[in-house]
Amino acid sequence: MLYEVRWHGRGGQGVVTASDLLARAAILEGKYVYHAPEFGPERRGAPVRAYTRIADEPIEQHFGVYNPDAVVVIDPSLQSATSLILEGVKKGGLLVVNAREVHRSLLEGAKALGLSVWSVDAFKVAMEVFGRPLYNTPMLGAFVKASGLVALESVLKAVEERFKNPQLVARNVEAIKRCYEGVKRVV
Amino acid sequence: MAVALQLKGQRRVGMTGDEAVAYAVKQADVDVVAAYPITPQTIIVERIADYVHDGELKASYVAVESEHSALSACVGASLAGARVFTATSSQGLALMWEIMWIASAMRTTIVMALANRALSAPINIHCSHDDAYAVRDAGWIQFFAENVQEAYDLTLMAFRVSEDKRVLFPSIVNLDGFILSHALEPLYVLEDDVVREFLPPKEPVNPIDPERPMTYGPLALFDYYFEFKKAQAEAFKSVYPVILEVFREYEKYSGRKYEPVKAYGVEDADVAVLILGSSAGTARYVARRLRSKGEKVGVVSLTLYRPFPASDLVAKLKGVKALVVMDRSYSFGSPGAQLFMDVAAAFANESERPLLINAIYGLGGRDLLPEHVEEAFRKAQEAARAGKVEERELWLGVR
Repeated sequence: MLYEVRWHGRGGQGVVTASDLLARAAILEGKYVYHAPEFGPERRGAPVRAYTRIADEPIEQHFGVYNPDAVVVIDPSLQSATSLILEGVKKGGLLVVNAREVHRSLLEGAKALGLSVWSVDAFKVAMEVFGRPLYNTPMLGAFVKASGLVALESVLKAVEERFKNPQLVARNVEAIKRCYEGVKRVV
Repeated sequence: MAVALQLKGQRRVGMTGDEAVAYAVKQADVDVVAAYPITPQTIIVERIADYVHDGELKASYVAVESEHSALSACVGASLAGARVFTATSSQGLALMWEIMWIASAMRTTIVMALANRALSAPINIHCSHDDAYAVRDAGWIQFFAENVQEAYDLTLMAFRVSEDKRVLFPSIVNLDGFILSHALEPLYVLEDDVVREFLPPKEPVNPIDPERPMTYGPLALFDYYFEFKKAQAEAFKSVYPVILEVFREYEKYSGRKYEPVKAYGVEDADVAVLILGSSAGTARYVARRLRSKGEKVGVVSLTLYRPFPASDLVAKLKGVKALVVMDRSYSFGSPGAQLFMDVAAAFANESERPLLINAIYGLGGRDLLPEHVEEAFRKAQEAARAGKVEERELWLGVR
């Protein structure tokens, strides 16, 4: 098994952290991972990507992810960048989007590729839980439900280990659970 | 899903390359860390600063005003008997350059993590091996990590090697900038008491002592400078066998086998590539696929870059008809890039040697993709068939 995820978002929203936490959760399950941030402009608001490669066997490949099994768009304003989001994604793969309503052109592009599309309003959850648009853990929760790649418990444990501070952990656990439960399959 | 084997006395954890190095430094129980915390510095020293602040590491963390000062402070601390660590990258190492030579000639035992990044200009913070190559002549031992596990293991081993009384030379542990430094992988870490057993406290040799004043780094002109350098050269020759010994010793504690030259498939290979750092895995990934189709290709990578494992490399490449030497840097006006020159020199007096091609790749963080490695193998196969090299210098993946 080799499963590759590409995360899209903007600087400051937590793209790298989402990928990092998924990788840590997979490690807790005994899997092999390579998580790498694509470091371009590390400025708040600039488009940022991160990659997670997960396998049952040790991973030797140290290059980026170009044909992901899944794409997660954590920033709602990136939805219209259809070609960027769908670039290289495997036919029949998975698309998880942070949106109240998935952008029509993205939906059509995804259908053409035979992707299964899931969406959740992570903005609402983030504003209610954190009071600001932080999408990393909410969208991780949504991805975990949509993909079934790792167990929710593993993700929660990874969050606990990484954030340490109990209040911070509690808020992120709440955000993850709400999006895990709230994410819906659109296509 | 397969559950990874739990090795006895080791924990399987997820860490970035930076975190793994910092963790090894904490377990090595260093006394002094001096570093300059601004770009191109990595998270390595940030984590160490956390450990010191939180009381998990009882060390003196010296925040200095430049990399030049960072290494100068390390030299003083090492000569005073401390176990010393620093970390830097690219321009930071360039500013240390003057002190690099002093640190070696004065026989300090500093261990440095070097997250390899491209030298300016243009400004770039991504991976090239410019920085490591730029200090290859300075008298430091240099290791190259292929993954996060190796970055951790080699950091621990570097202290043991450098502080060995038969060595007393500083070490660099290279890890590819971003590709390893900022990437997360699973690794096994040793328990603290196991590390303490493998790496007992440093026993200083002729440390600075106010009760016993001595001169360190004196003036030596045409009268003694030459003899001094000959002595240093002779001393550096004794490093290699100690490294082999430390690799074997570490294997007893960790179960992980280290060799100066890592070889895959070369026993029966017609052609091979030689590579440093994180891309070795990518090269093997390609070689496995080609070998499954019956192509006789191999991959060689160096865990040890200085001292250069010349005779080991020559022995492992016996029978290879064409070799592509992959350089993640460039040497302007040179008959070949840096690793290529080492390899050409290693084979200089060998009657049987492979045809040599030099491939430049990955500068400034450009991704080395499987198709680039495959192209390198194809060029080597063409050369092997023709019995000569048409194009000695390739640029893989350049637009």
